[in-house]
Amino acid sequence: MNLIVEREKSFEGLEQRIQELRSRGGADAGAQIQRLESSYEELRREIFGNLTPWERVNMARHPRRPLANDYIALFDQFDELHGDRHFRDDPALVAGFSKLRGRRLMLIAQQKGRDVKENIRRNFGMVSPEGYRKASRLMTLASRLRLPIVTLVDTPGADPGIGSEERAQSEAIAGCLTALSKAGVPVVATIIGEGGSGGALALALADWVIMPQHSIYSVASPEGCASILWGDASRAAEAAERLCLTSNDLERFGIVDEVIAEPLGGAHRDTPAFTATVIEEIDAALRRLEVQSPEQLRERRYEKYRRIGSWQEDARRGIASAAT
Amino acid sequence: MPMPDWLSIRRDKQIPAEEAGLWEKCPSCGEVLYSKDVEANLSVCSKCGYHFRMHAYDRINSLVDDDFVEIGADILPGDPLGWVDKRPYPQKLEADREKSKLSEGIVTGLAAIEGFPVALGVMDFSFRGGTMGTVVGERVTNLFEEARRRRLPCIVFTASGGARMEEGMLALAQMAKTTQAVERFMNDGNFYMSVLTDPTTGGVSASFAFQADIIIAEARAAIGFAGRRVIEQTIRQKLPDNFQTAEFLLEKGHVDVVAPRPRIRETLVRMLDYAVDRRRILSVLKAVPEFALG
Ligand SMILES: [Zn+2]
Repeated sequence: MNLIVEREKSFEGLEQRIQELRSRGGADAGAQIQRLESSYEELRREIFGNLTPWERVNMARHPRRPLANDYIALFDQFDELHGDRHFRDDPALVAGFSKLRGRRLMLIAQQKGRDVKENIRRNFGMVSPEGYRKASRLMTLASRLRLPIVTLVDTPGADPGIGSEERAQSEAIAGCLTALSKAGVPVVATIIGEGGSGGALALALADWVIMPQHSIYSVASPEGCASILWGDASRAAEAAERLCLTSNDLERFGIVDEVIAEPLGGAHRDTPAFTATVIEEIDAALRRLEVQSPEQLRERRYEKYRRIGSWQEDARRGIASAAT
Repeated sequence: MPMPDWLSIRRDKQIPAEEAGLWEKCPSCGEVLYSKDVEANLSVCSKCGYHFRMHAYDRINSLVDDDFVEIGADILPGDPLGWVDKRPYPQKLEADREKSKLSEGIVTGLAAIEGFPVALGVMDFSFRGGTMGTVVGERVTNLFEEARRRRLPCIVFTASGGARMEEGMLALAQMAKTTQAVERFMNDGNFYMSVLTDPTTGGVSASFAFQADIIIAEARAAIGFAGRRVIEQTIRQKLPDNFQTAEFLLEKGHVDVVAPRPRIRETLVRMLDYAVDRRRILSVLKAVPEFALG
């Protein structure tokens, strides 16, 4: 079970008690409610105030975490476009024309399901080659029409199935990265939940990468990493500690440009306000970027990724250590 | 198929086998082979055609005409995450340097192949499973930038388990860095060929390996995005033997050519001959005096 959901369950009794007192009313209820509420707040701060990397992994996978459709609903308009023109439409990747504050744009998102039935249809947000090909097709179109590209990333990873291999998953992801490299328009990516490896990066080669505080973005899933390192997927919590997958780590490394604080207990505690804040920041990033020429955008995007890494170079180059 | 004569010339250049490993057993057919013969045969089993993994410098020696001018050798790994699992990451790197006689997972440089000046990168699985960390990403990017500056065709031999876990997202971001460098290079009208060798998977296959104009796969190589084990765990059934092999990819339409190792060089040369105007390249090279190829 999700670790955060478990923690939340431990509060249910207390929450119920406060609710009961509220509805009962009475002379001494006010003081009692206040006392209970303050200890409730204190407990929550204690538990959610300083989440470990593994707790954040669970937060990013929380069943009530805002999903792509919660964000898409806040755009002025959205007209979904379907298919890769070759094989099929991939429901794990939702894309189409959109408007935000009157500005025309291309919106491309990974969509998980809210329940089991929808998750099966959405393949748990794991995109297949045809999904990535739909994305790169629309990225190329956006660039040609001079529409900024806004992406929402939320995937455990690219789909690892037989069909995906048969249809060249690698080539499809490389195709997205190439399309984003070429794009002469602003690209703003937001890691709304899980940023799982290459399947996430395919939509996140961007001028500006936004990351909500408790989202994760990782080279490998903690479970996969643990099973490679120790042959034991149950040691995922330890792996999460090492992978530097939290927003703080990634901002420090220059992988992420902006971290947005979440309400205590996570974004889902106040989905309407939180998603609105994220949209606000996407809009602000677009405003900063859209004054740049296509050449400037491409050049700066190139230089941005050119610098990422950490290596030592020979002194004769005059750079002793080119850490980020 | 008669041996092309360049192959017999190459034989003389092989480093003699070390005393310790005079003989080796073919893991495919079980034949006991004299190590020197295996090396002379480009590390291919003379009985069944099994391809042993090949050292990056042996591969380079088997391809280039004369000199190989290495670039990027001075770019060396750090430990950005302070990574420790069973051992600290710097110790793992040290052990791999010892074992592989390489400073990182790829060797890059400039050379001529059958008179064609090229930029050449060769990955080696024996260093951290050929994983792409920031050094592999930086060396690949430098190679394509250098090739673009000199308008040289670029050839990269891939062998990789994907992005390097020990460098976290810094490793994954190298996919973004390299694809941009390759895109710029190709967009300028330059020619890029990748040669996918065993194994090519994950972040390397999903970036510069599959971006090439012409993709050649070495016979029998395992190539794919997800690892075989991951897929088997996900679908809870065993995959057929030929799944994700070079031959499977050819059938599915993912690669242009499959060639056994002894025919890779010949194939590259034939492609270069179609794709590249040799006179144009030589005239550009003359204009770059610090590097002139004979
Ligand atoms: Zn054999």
